[in-house]
Amino acid sequence: MIRFEPRPNPGPVLTYGVPVIAAAIAILLAAIPLALADAPIIKAYGLMISGAFGSVFSISEMLTRATPLILTGLAAAIAFRAKLWNIGAEGQLYMGAMAAVAVGAGVIDGPSWIMIPVVMIAGAIAGALMLIGPTLMKTRLGVDEVVTTLLLNFIVLLFVQMMLEGALKDPMSMGWPQSEPIIDSAVFPPLIERMRVHFGLVIALVSAIALAVFVKRTVWGFEIRAVGENAAAAKFAGISVTKTMILVAALSGGLAGLAGVAEVAGTRGYLATDLSPGYGYAGIVVAMLARLSPVGVIASALFVASVFVGADSMSRAIGVSSYLADLIVAMALLCVLIGGFLTRFTVHFDRNTAG
Amino acid sequence: MEIIDILLAASFWEAAIRIATPLIFGVLGALVCERAGVLNLGIEGIFTAGAMAGWMAVWLGAGLWGGVLVAALAGAFFGLIHAILTVPLGLSQHVSGIGVTLLATSLSYFTYRTALPDVSSPPRIEPFRPLDIPFLSDLPFIGQALFSQTAMTMLALVLVFVTGWVLYRTPLGLAIRAVGDNPSSVEAQGLSVYGLRIGAVVVGSSLMALGGAFLTMSAFDAFFFGMINGRGWVCIALTVFASWRPGKALIGALLFGAFDAFQVRLQTEVGAFLPSQVFLMMPYILSIIALIVVARKADYPKALLVPWFKGQR
Repeated sequence: MIRFEPRPNPGPVLTYGVPVIAAAIAILLAAIPLALADAPIIKAYGLMISGAFGSVFSISEMLTRATPLILTGLAAAIAFRAKLWNIGAEGQLYMGAMAAVAVGAGVIDGPSWIMIPVVMIAGAIAGALMLIGPTLMKTRLGVDEVVTTLLLNFIVLLFVQMMLEGALKDPMSMGWPQSEPIIDSAVFPPLIERMRVHFGLVIALVSAIALAVFVKRTVWGFEIRAVGENAAAAKFAGISVTKTMILVAALSGGLAGLAGVAEVAGTRGYLATDLSPGYGYAGIVVAMLARLSPVGVIASALFVASVFVGADSMSRAIGVSSYLADLIVAMALLCVLIGGFLTRFTVHFDRNTAG
Repeated sequence: MEIIDILLAASFWEAAIRIATPLIFGVLGALVCERAGVLNLGIEGIFTAGAMAGWMAVWLGAGLWGGVLVAALAGAFFGLIHAILTVPLGLSQHVSGIGVTLLATSLSYFTYRTALPDVSSPPRIEPFRPLDIPFLSDLPFIGQALFSQTAMTMLALVLVFVTGWVLYRTPLGLAIRAVGDNPSSVEAQGLSVYGLRIGAVVVGSSLMALGGAFLTMSAFDAFFFGMINGRGWVCIALTVFASWRPGKALIGALLFGAFDAFQVRLQTEVGAFLPSQVFLMMPYILSIIALIVVARKADYPKALLVPWFKGQR
């Protein structure tokens, strides 16, 4: 008979060690699909490491990938803290990207110190509204936000497609469904000369630290944590659960929208329907690996980004499907869930118990 | 008048039932899990895994029913992962479900790509043929709309009755419903809460996988990336709409299939005025509307999402 006993005080080694171990196990488990694909396993791991960290270029690529992942990871972290199950970061990302294009592709013009904040604010507001809607439906009508945010991802992607064939279409794109490019003054400048890593990374890092301070040090942050831990008790203590939820929705949706802005204004320069290879969903993994800690999100986004960039580069070199990266990331999520359980409980194997 | 013509055509109802079939499997699977108290957001990935595994088994030489069995086993496998994480370990059903969806989807895609590294057009299998039942398939209207579907649609319809019968007419069904409402009372009767919940999630997940298998082995004859396209999430919404009852699940799925078949036909009529994406959005918008309609009176299983630990209280 297996018994679980609550562990009174998990301690820092377990708390910080478990996500690292979970990530490592997920990486090791990747040997199984690699072996099944008849790939040279050691070589594949070597190629993944050099693909993510081997040169200034690969590090720049990794940081470019990490930028939206930090932002969607923060979006999931703050929402899950309040038990607002926002699975719609993918859609919020696209809405943010679309808003950035709507204001940043030539409708208004100005110097960079105006245009960059303008596209950021537009994207954040669009993303926030995309989540405030389902949140109001949850608080006012009792409609489960999980399903509505999930379904909205599909609706938004179709809406983007529609806009790219209509109002936002680039007449110069030769029939490709893509938007007009962001004007130069709204483009996020690169951080390293001739590399792709861009100002969006700075925004992501600042957002992470700002969110950490907000959650830890402000009354609103306290209220968010209180609602997440026990909504009934928070309500009894005089905290408005509805208001707190809407605040969380604005923050979470806004951060996901910013991820879209970063992709459009920093990486791509224009909007297309393949802007995000699932950054919204991967953000959930990033947040869980970080145990919903905003600063931890930085570390786990770097891990997930290096898995993606490393696997891509390995895939190009030896022909193993790059879906391996998604597989590793999914396994990391399940491993960290189990790891989280093992930090809270100890496992006992009893020889003879009668129930 | 054109609308009446559309609604009265046997081909319209044939399409509606065909569109409804994977949803019937999916909603039945979701409601079995949820009746036992476990939300299974692995559904989208389990659909993908069922679609891929069933198709691949047939492509590798198994019979069609062999493929159906392989799909069900794939669903059971991912269901077992979700069940272990959420039932004895009591972890977040939301996060575990998303994890299972990510795992099942990426594993299916990886396996497909590894088995077929460089094909441009996906290889085809010989799918289930429309039935030709003596007498019944020749009946006017209903012969075409219902009795010329494939065997998998018939299986889905039979499973509606089987699920309803098991849930409401057998001691097992009573125990499953009780474990989703008040697990402690089930334990007091000497039954295993863990066993019932894990069993329900595994069986429910294999039902979901059949929905995926229908797509690659009956509705189409090949596997595509992204072919599930939110059908699993639609099923989660329809489960609420159906108040967790198999009969209402059938009605909900058929209504949904009818709406979808109708909008496709409407598109050919008025498609010139509206972008095609407006029509493609309809299924998702309908699902959200369905949720809003029933939200206030939705009678969720009382212990849904609530982990239960042996020996507490």
